[in-house]
Amino acid sequence: MQFINRKKRLVPNPKTELYAQPLQFYGQPPLENISLSEFESFAVDRLKLLKTVENLGVSYVKHSEQYSKKMEAEFKTLNFPYRTEDGAEKRRKDHISHFILRLAYCQTEDLRRWFIQQEVDLFRYRFNDLTSKQKLDFLHKNNLQYNTISVQEKNQLKEKLLNSSYIVSGVTLENEDFYKVPFQDALDLVRARKVYLKDGYAFIPHNDIVTIVLNDFRTRLSKALALTARSLPAVHSDERLQPLLNHLSHSYLGQDYSIQKNVGKISLEQIDSLAGKSFPLCMRQLHQALRENHHLRHGGRMQYGLFLKGIGLSLEQALQFWRMEFIRGKVDADKFDKAYAYGIRHMFGKEGKRADYTPYSCMKVILSNPPGQGDYHEKLTPPLPELLKQKLQFYKVSPSGVNQILELVKGMHYQLACQKYFELTHNVSSDCDSAFSLSHPNQYFIESQKVLGGGKEMKRETDTSQRSQENPATRGSSAAPDPEVIESQHLAEMTENLETFFEDA
Amino acid sequence: MPSDYDPACLPDLLPLYYRRLFPFAQYYRWLSYGGVQKNYFQNREFSFTLKDDIYVRYQSFSTQSELEKEMQKMNPYKIDIGAVYSHRPSQHNTVKSGSFQALEKELVFDIDMTDYDDVRSCCSAADICSKCWTLMTIAIRILDRALREDFGFQHLLWVYSGRRGVHCWVCDEAARKLSAAARSAVAEYLSLIKGGEEMVKKVILTDPIHPFIRESLGVVKQYFPQYALHDQDILGRKESVDKILALVPEDVRRELQQLFQNERRPEQRWSQIKDQAKKKQATAKKGQHFEKEIMLQYCYPRLDVNVSKGVNHLLKSPFSVHPKTGRISVPMELKDLDKFDPFAVPTISLICEELDRPKADDEDKKSGDTKEKENENGVTEKRKNRDYKRTSLAKYVKCFDQFLDGMAQSWKGELLRKSDLQKEF
Repeated sequence: MQFINRKKRLVPNPKTELYAQPLQFYGQPPLENISLSEFESFAVDRLKLLKTVENLGVSYVKHSEQYSKKMEAEFKTLNFPYRTEDGAEKRRKDHISHFILRLAYCQTEDLRRWFIQQEVDLFRYRFNDLTSKQKLDFLHKNNLQYNTISVQEKNQLKEKLLNSSYIVSGVTLENEDFYKVPFQDALDLVRARKVYLKDGYAFIPHNDIVTIVLNDFRTRLSKALALTARSLPAVHSDERLQPLLNHLSHSYLGQDYSIQKNVGKISLEQIDSLAGKSFPLCMRQLHQALRENHHLRHGGRMQYGLFLKGIGLSLEQALQFWRMEFIRGKVDADKFDKAYAYGIRHMFGKEGKRADYTPYSCMKVILSNPPGQGDYHEKLTPPLPELLKQKLQFYKVSPSGVNQILELVKGMHYQLACQKYFELTHNVSSDCDSAFSLSHPNQYFIESQKVLGGGKEMKRETDTSQRSQENPATRGSSAAPDPEVIESQHLAEMTENLETFFEDA
Repeated sequence: MPSDYDPACLPDLLPLYYRRLFPFAQYYRWLSYGGVQKNYFQNREFSFTLKDDIYVRYQSFSTQSELEKEMQKMNPYKIDIGAVYSHRPSQHNTVKSGSFQALEKELVFDIDMTDYDDVRSCCSAADICSKCWTLMTIAIRILDRALREDFGFQHLLWVYSGRRGVHCWVCDEAARKLSAAARSAVAEYLSLIKGGEEMVKKVILTDPIHPFIRESLGVVKQYFPQYALHDQDILGRKESVDKILALVPEDVRRELQQLFQNERRPEQRWSQIKDQAKKKQATAKKGQHFEKEIMLQYCYPRLDVNVSKGVNHLLKSPFSVHPKTGRISVPMELKDLDKFDPFAVPTISLICEELDRPKADDEDKKSGDTKEKENENGVTEKRKNRDYKRTSLAKYVKCFDQFLDGMAQSWKGELLRKSDLQKEF
């Protein structure tokens, strides 16, 4: 009885009810029937939208005027609900297309990560676009209740709260609500020290509530994708959908620069000149540091090593390259074979879990590898502006160009700064056709080679010179004391022998 | 000197150490965390470094006695502790790839004196002395406060690494369950020193100054005059003065250079810097915290963030021996932190020697209670228990015991809650 009742109530005007809100958490999947062609066009449009989100995030400062303008334009052309007064039809498209892409992007860890990142950025943009009343409405409708602190507690912590955030001032503190959440739910604010922490709780001003909402959104989406992945076999049995979904997921991300079609096209002698001409600054810096100090730490080795692999160095060349440099420093050949050769073979997928590692993208370099003590892998964030200035002048960048780059660096827009550097050193302008949006050091290299008409001059190195040197390096290096590079090492036999040895002793 | 340690003797000493001195009972008690979670100890990864730098990962043990037997057989030069995995690490090859995953681990921090080379003049690289050791004291004070008061953790085990640094194991349940993203967020919250080799100015403060930074500055201020001005003499020699002056704005630098010509006493020079900062702060709108930035750059802890980030990252275990110095990696008592002397930490040769010394009065005292247990196991168990008590290791094991007692309180609560839940059904 009740069942029927409920259905009846829903039927009259499902769309207006379902799409009453300008923004949703995508909690309920769409239940209607749609045509295959609509299915496909929705999905393709959303994919385009997410790609734009990704590109804009790289090329512009998030939430700058330009960013918002470009976003808005994209929403219009693709027919997505960009303004809150947009009707149910567009919101329906938003809803359905999101769920189609879930199917396509739940299959692997990489796909999920990419999808979540773009959807979260998209959500942030749209949430920030809401009026404050709509924001409250949204929280209310989605049952998002966060604990606010009492007035007494607020007054008690007044000074600390004021000093913990840029966006709170003495005047607004009175009227502003503060939410108390476990610090795990506001990691972005914790990381940047933009929130007051006490006893494991973060005190978040209302203005920053987007952080918690996003965190919630991210967690839900991540869980939902994991669940979707489990039910995927059923979807894949539908032969109309399966090729479509596969196609969708393949067109993500562009290249990962691991496809080594150019292996062996670069000789070791060329590296120095290429570093000057076609390496982005971060890699040029690493190269220089390696040549000067004859050593790089783990993070730098990974970043630079994989980059070199990406531009076409073979395993043998890489071993030769690193060994030659390292033995000029404090490391002797024996120690190199023991401690470092393993790591290099690991990069090429010859050791451990045998994953063929892909070169780091700009995002990965910036986010995951802030240079520590004694590290050189700085992504265009060298020292004081003066030092960077000197360096750029030394690299023969024009004074006006130097200033442009420094401005970008100051604003922490490293990728833009790097792109500017590219434009200046290659005499291209961002307005012409060859413009690209930089997201990967290896992309920089390839684009640079294109512009310079390179690629022709690279030639295969003679095999004989390699072989004579590679042998000692590739032979047994059982010891690699750096635990973090060792994913799994199979020394069962060796330890067995040792066991007997120690038993005798 | 009886405590002189010779690395060549290590293979002879290790069997003795693992047979009679290593505190297995406490060690097992720690890593099983009261048995609140099933297979917590069993799924924990250990890795051993054996003779000639042979490295064996993914060791795991089902019981305390299995751990004991294995360690006594392998006699590892170094022991590392890894994560608690979804399956037994020793069988990681037998489960489908992808399903073998690191689930939990203590939140750990690694502070290493080598990272301070640009701000200490007494030693470099792996060397330490009582002068620069203050840096570790400051680091512990700052991090311990922040982890307890800001993040709400309670069970922090601070351990001397045996050579040139300290480790922190945050053992709270909430800490062990942190995701990699959360770990890196905590580590970054705690990191103030930014930039690599070429970065001259490594700390830049902006308004408003976060309460965490204020608290940390409070700690630094207690140590700064004695440590930096006196012991390190950072405002004495010309080179080190120049290094400091590179951290202040240009106009201030010129003025200070003038002033310093007539003033040689470091304390006075420091007050001049502070005066300049005050003057600047009064005129400029914001920023201008260079005197604070100097203090932080010279004293603030330098974390190896990568160690803290990964759930599956390995870290040297407490009570492991440092193969180069022979010193035992021992828990540190925070009450007496200012008195902690890394050179007074016993070496393996010292405690092994102490074992061989004739048993003094302590034998008579205990002889009464040995009789209670007559069976053979009981006797050897007792003897081992007493063995470490006769050495300088005793007070460190006691410190470890106290730490474990503190944690046991929280297990009890947890176990009670669980059994209550079960009764409801």
